[in-house]
Parts: sequence; C-alpha cells; structure tokens
Amino acid sequence: MLSRTADNLYWMARYMERAETNARLLEVAARNALLPDVGGGYRNEWDSILRASGTREAYRARYGDDAVPRNVETHMFFDRENPSSVASCIHAARENARIVRTALTTQVWEAINDAHEEMTQLARMERSRLSTSDMRDFALRHIANMRGAIQATQLRNDGWDFMNIGHYLERADSTARIIDVKYYVLLPDVSMVGSGIDNYQWRTVLHAMNAQRAFAWVYGGEVTARKIVHFLVLNLESPRSLMASMDGIVWHMEHLAQTYGRSTGATSLARKQIAELEALDIEEIFDSGLHKFLQGKLQDVIALNNEITSSYLNGEAR
Amino acid sequence: MPEYFNEMYQNGAVRAPYSGIEAWARDMPADLRGMKQSEAEALFRRIGITFAVYGEGGNPDRLIPFDMFPRIFAADEWAKLERGIKQRARALNCFLADVYNRGEMVRAGKIPGHLVYMNDAYEVAVAGFTPPQGVFSHIVGIDLVRTGPDEFFVLEDNCRTPSGVSYMLQNREITMRMFPQLFHDNRVAPVETYPAELKRTMDSVAPKKCEGEPTCVILTPGHFNSAYYEHSFLADMMGIELVEGHDLFVEGDFVWMRTTEGPKKVDVIYRRLDDAFIDPLCFRPDSMLGVPGLMNVYRSGGVTICSAPGAGVADDKAIYTYVPEMVRFYLGEEPILKNVPTWQCAKADECKYVLENLGELVVKEVHGSGGYGMLVGPKSTKEEIAFFRTKIEDNPSNYIAQPTLALSTCPTFVDEGFAPRHVDLRPYCLVGKDVTLVPGGLTRVALTEGSLVVNSSQGGGVKDTWVMAGN
Repeated sequence: MLSRTADNLYWMARYMERAETNARLLEVAARNALLPDVGGGYRNEWDSILRASGTREAYRARYGDDAVPRNVETHMFFDRENPSSVASCIHAARENARIVRTALTTQVWEAINDAHEEMTQLARMERSRLSTSDMRDFALRHIANMRGAIQATQLRNDGWDFMNIGHYLERADSTARIIDVKYYVLLPDVSMVGSGIDNYQWRTVLHAMNAQRAFAWVYGGEVTARKIVHFLVLNLESPRSLMASMDGIVWHMEHLAQTYGRSTGATSLARKQIAELEALDIEEIFDSGLHKFLQGKLQDVIALNNEITSSYLNGEAR
Repeated sequence: MPEYFNEMYQNGAVRAPYSGIEAWARDMPADLRGMKQSEAEALFRRIGITFAVYGEGGNPDRLIPFDMFPRIFAADEWAKLERGIKQRARALNCFLADVYNRGEMVRAGKIPGHLVYMNDAYEVAVAGFTPPQGVFSHIVGIDLVRTGPDEFFVLEDNCRTPSGVSYMLQNREITMRMFPQLFHDNRVAPVETYPAELKRTMDSVAPKKCEGEPTCVILTPGHFNSAYYEHSFLADMMGIELVEGHDLFVEGDFVWMRTTEGPKKVDVIYRRLDDAFIDPLCFRPDSMLGVPGLMNVYRSGGVTICSAPGAGVADDKAIYTYVPEMVRFYLGEEPILKNVPTWQCAKADECKYVLENLGELVVKEVHGSGGYGMLVGPKSTKEEIAFFRTKIEDNPSNYIAQPTLALSTCPTFVDEGFAPRHVDLRPYCLVGKDVTLVPGGLTRVALTEGSLVVNSSQGGGVKDTWVMAGN
C-alpha cells in the first residue's frame, strides 16, 4: 500500500489511543484528589498527570503555574492548542481518517466521524454540567466504538497491521506514562511508601484502566506496588501491559513480514525489544528504579516509531 | 416574463415520466417530509459528503443541500440526449487530436487559429503527441439545460476534470435508502456502474509499454481540496490508490509510487489537478503538488494522463461556439445537441450588440467557472451592469454573452410542499476505447425562488436524476 496511506492509518490509531490515555489520566488525577489530605499542605495530583503526559510546560505557558483542576481538565480534554488533548487527538484521528477514507470501511469512518461530531457538541456544552467522569466516559465510549468497528470490519491486510501497530505502540507509551504518574505524585512522607495512602494511589491506576477485577482474578486480594507493576508491565494476559502491547506489535510486524515476504529493521528492533522485556523480572525493575525503567521504555517507543517510519512509512522503502 | 418549461406538468397534466411520483410527492405529509429531509442531511453528514467552497472561510465540511424530489427523464428522451452527448464527446476529442497534430480544422478555416494556438489552455508540451487510443479528454462533463419538451442546449463542455459525479452516485444511494418503495414502484435505470466504467476506460488507455494489468491511480491535490471527498470516493469505488504528488516520483522511463513495499510502477493517472500543477519542471516551478519529470514520461509513452494536459483548449467558452462545427467537420454528422447562441465580445460587431443589450444577456468570463465573475442581466442592478460594461470595454476578448435562457423547472420540496425551481444537468461521458455514458447525471437546482444560478458555490442544491428504464 501507499506509504502515506500506511502512515495515516498508523497515526490515526495512535491518536485514538492517545485520546483514551488522556481521558484515563484525568481519571487518575480526579480519584487521587478524592483522598483525604492526611499530609496537609501541598497536593499535586493534577500536576502529576501534566508531567506524565509530557505537556506540563505547554500548560504552564497557557494557564500559569497552578495546576487548577478545571484548567487541567480543559487543557487535557478540550484544548485544541494542546496537540494531545482528547479533542485534538479525536480531530487528528479524524483528519488522518479523512485522508485515507479509501482504506477504511464505512463503519470505521462513521465511528470516527461521529466521535468528532459529538466532540464538537460536547465542547459547546456548559462546563459546569460536565463531570470528569462524563468526559472520561465520553472518550472511552467513542474510542471503543472506533476500535470495535476496526476489529469487526477491516480487511485483515497490511492496512490493518499498520493500524494495530500504531494502536499497540501508543498503548505501550500510554501505560508507561500512566504508571509513571505514581512517580510524580509525591507521598507526604517517605515512611508512607507501602502505606494505605500509597496503596490507594496504586489502586487508582488500576481503576483508571478498568482493571481492578482482572487484577483481583490474577493476583488475589492484596494490592501491592510490585503486583500492580507486574500486572501492568510483564503480564501478557493484561491487555494494557507493556508485554501485551509489545506482543501485539511483534505479532503484526510478523504478519506484515509474512505478507510482504520480507522483514525489515523495524521487525528486528521489535523482536529485540520484546526479548529484553521477557528477560526481566519485577525485582530487577524495582531495583534499577521504576521511573528510570519507564523512561527507558518511552525511549524504546520512540526508537521503534522511528524505525517503523523509515522501514515503511516515509516512502523511502526500497 | 419568459414561459418556463415545467418538467412535471404540461397543460395541466402530469408528464409521463413523472406519473409514478406525482402522487407520492403530493400525498407526503409535511411532518414526514421534514423528518426525511433531516434524515437525508444526517446521512450526508455522516457519510461525510462535503464540498468546500473557495473564499468562504475555508470550511472543508460544508454540505451541498440535497432535494429529495428526483428529476426524471423518459427512456426515449434520454436515448436522444445520450446520442447527442456521445457525439459531442467524440467530436471534442477529434478536435484535440487534430489541434495537437495537423490542425486540419484551422487549415480549413473552420476555426480561427489564434483562438486555438494563443489559447491559455493550449499546451505546447503536448503538441505532436498522440496519447493511447488518440483520446485526450477521457471524462467529458457536458452541462445541459432544457427549455422545452424537445429543446436541450449545451451550456458548456468540461474536458479537464469535471466534478460532481460522486453526488450523482450518492444522491441515488440516499434516495434509495430513504424511499425504497419508490424504486420498487418505478423502473429507474441504475447509475452505480459508473466507477466500473471509469476503471474500464482507464484500463483501455494504458500505455503500450504497460505489460499485464495496468496500475491506475487518482492524483489529488490533497485533502484540503474542495473536491477531495469525490477523489477519495472514486478511488474507493474503483479499488485504486488515491495519490498526492509526493507519493509519486519519476525514475528511468516510468512513474512510480512510494509504497510500504518499495516503488510500484504506475500506468494510468486520472489527475484531478490543473495542468499548471502537474509537473513543476514543465509548468509552474513553484508548485509542490505535482510530480517532477511526469511530462517527460508522458510524452515517451510511459504513463497515460487522464485527461491529457492541454485538453482544456476544447472546453474554453470561446471555443465552445465552434463545437457544432467540430461535429460536422470531424464526424460528418449534424449535431444532435444545440449550442446556446453566443456572442463573442472579441468580435467588434458582436461586442457592440452585447454592450447595447446587457440588461437581457448573461455575460461570462471566457475562463470563468463556478458561477463566479458572471452577470445575469435581468437579475442585476444598474450598478452591476455598469460595472460589467467597463470590464468588457477594458478587455473584450475575456467575455462572451448569451441570451438569458428560460431554464426548465422541476418540482422541488419547499416549506409549503413542492414548487418549481430551475434546474440544469451534468452527465458524465467516458471516452476510452469505447464511448460510454451511464443513464443519469448530476441535476443541480437553484433553491431560491426564481433564481437561475444553480452552481453549488452560489447556494444551489442537487437532486437525484432518474432515467426510466422503458417508457
């Protein structure tokens, strides 16, 4: 297929996933903010998601230093100046989709177009009538609708592979960022690590991913940071884990390689990255530092993106 | 006040092609009509059938108003139109083949040489070249108006990249979806074969150097173009790639497209890009839209461009006057379709007549399109007429004038029920190895009462166009 078409499909899926991430990040902040303020003084739940989303500087330039909940919501959800807000992502996904309508089924296009239309309506609503959970539900419902349409109706050809590679790559990025919020939420005191408040914050992460029940099935009752990180990083059964995301990328890369009868630099890099992940255990991750590990994974995502781009998407393939 | 031919009623009776629909329209309760109308609009918006209008703030998501009342032709009416349209499309192609080669019609004194060779649309780069099958203009859109039961006039020919065919197809699709019973009760000839016919036409003009199945593409200026929806729709229906200039490159003797698997050779390009943007090496060097070196490959027979660069020399409003003569000269036949009498301001005596009668005439720019830069005399103010007078005096050869035609009216849904509104018609004739025409076209309707301007850029709407299968 045309490299540009593949590029648009890949980014369409990435933007869809990114919209979902932002909605989930908002959820994390909102729930953390509901905690009783035991430490007193400075609270930074809202600031932490700005940091994790990588848009803190842009926020400050526009709204100032204070991470006021309503402003953070506007910035993360509605603000078209913020290229990764939910509204911007839905718009960008729709723009990419419009460019490659020839590669999409009617149902997929309509799901994306509907999301865009309703987003426009939502942006006109009085903000006081919208809760954070309304916004989150709105985003999740539409993204699920688009993704469902893709899974149900798209031909299983190379275009489908590129959409899925984009989807899984962005999801790896997203999960790393959502876990990393925890790093940025400062506990009032270092002695509170492993305490009730610490666990509450970790559970929020599960909650934002709609994964409490799945977690309980796999790990039983007790919630600890190690178990959650294991679930979200190394567990192949966990649909948003880094491992599952990498597995998805590799599967679709192999499928592509099979269809095209050749593998590329991107194929080998993806294989290498999943092998590294498979070689890790949870203790190593905590020993080397979770934040550092996650930042490393974000770098991996960038490297893989660049390799995918030059192997398939920028028209230089020979 | 001229008498307007009403497509549905004649002498108080319903004309035959409309007999199956008059009662349907008359009996439709207003609330149902309102409901269906908003349903139709929702469908258009949902499918994303949009048409951006230049110079209106660039909303790329504007919808063209759709009227649910179809415009209907009887089978025999259409048969005659079809013959006339095909005849005209063949003559236009003969003319193009001639003026880029021997120039027989000019030599025979049947058309002034300067009109052809000094024409802005004449491409020297194509002179002496004969494209596959000798076809220069592969998609000919012929704009027609009706003034009486047997009176059809050609308003203009579009030999480059006529747009609107996606509306012809989608209008049908939506009408069928909303009123299935109507189609059950009426025998309407299908138009949905158009994309397949277009693909067949493209395949039939593949270059000699092409081996095996030709690779066809549509070349678009990009998704900011007002007709982008149509470009992607057609590519989709034909199952071919929709490419932008930078998706293509020239290497060796061929044009290639950039794919995820490496370069792929392209044989036939349906370009929806103006000549000036096709190849920056040959035409406008500042354009990023085209493909450097494309013209070289074209002239050496490595790729076919539909329609050929330079095809516009046949659809100019000044050349238009000579099309009936082309039919006689090249085909040895009498033209089936009539031209609208046209005065060319370039000729002193005709210009004099135009200036004396501005109040009754329609004046158009020779190269204008989309209803811009025109004067509709009877509907204009004194100031507008005076303004045009100076424009014509300044540059007479830039203008032509025609009488104000009594455009036929077709019933159209309005708030009170249905009422006559003026319509025109653009059928799309395909020219390759064969000349084909699907039964139908795009009917445009002036939604404002009394208005004669149907262009979508001027607030016109569209209708489904039916050709009845059998009388």
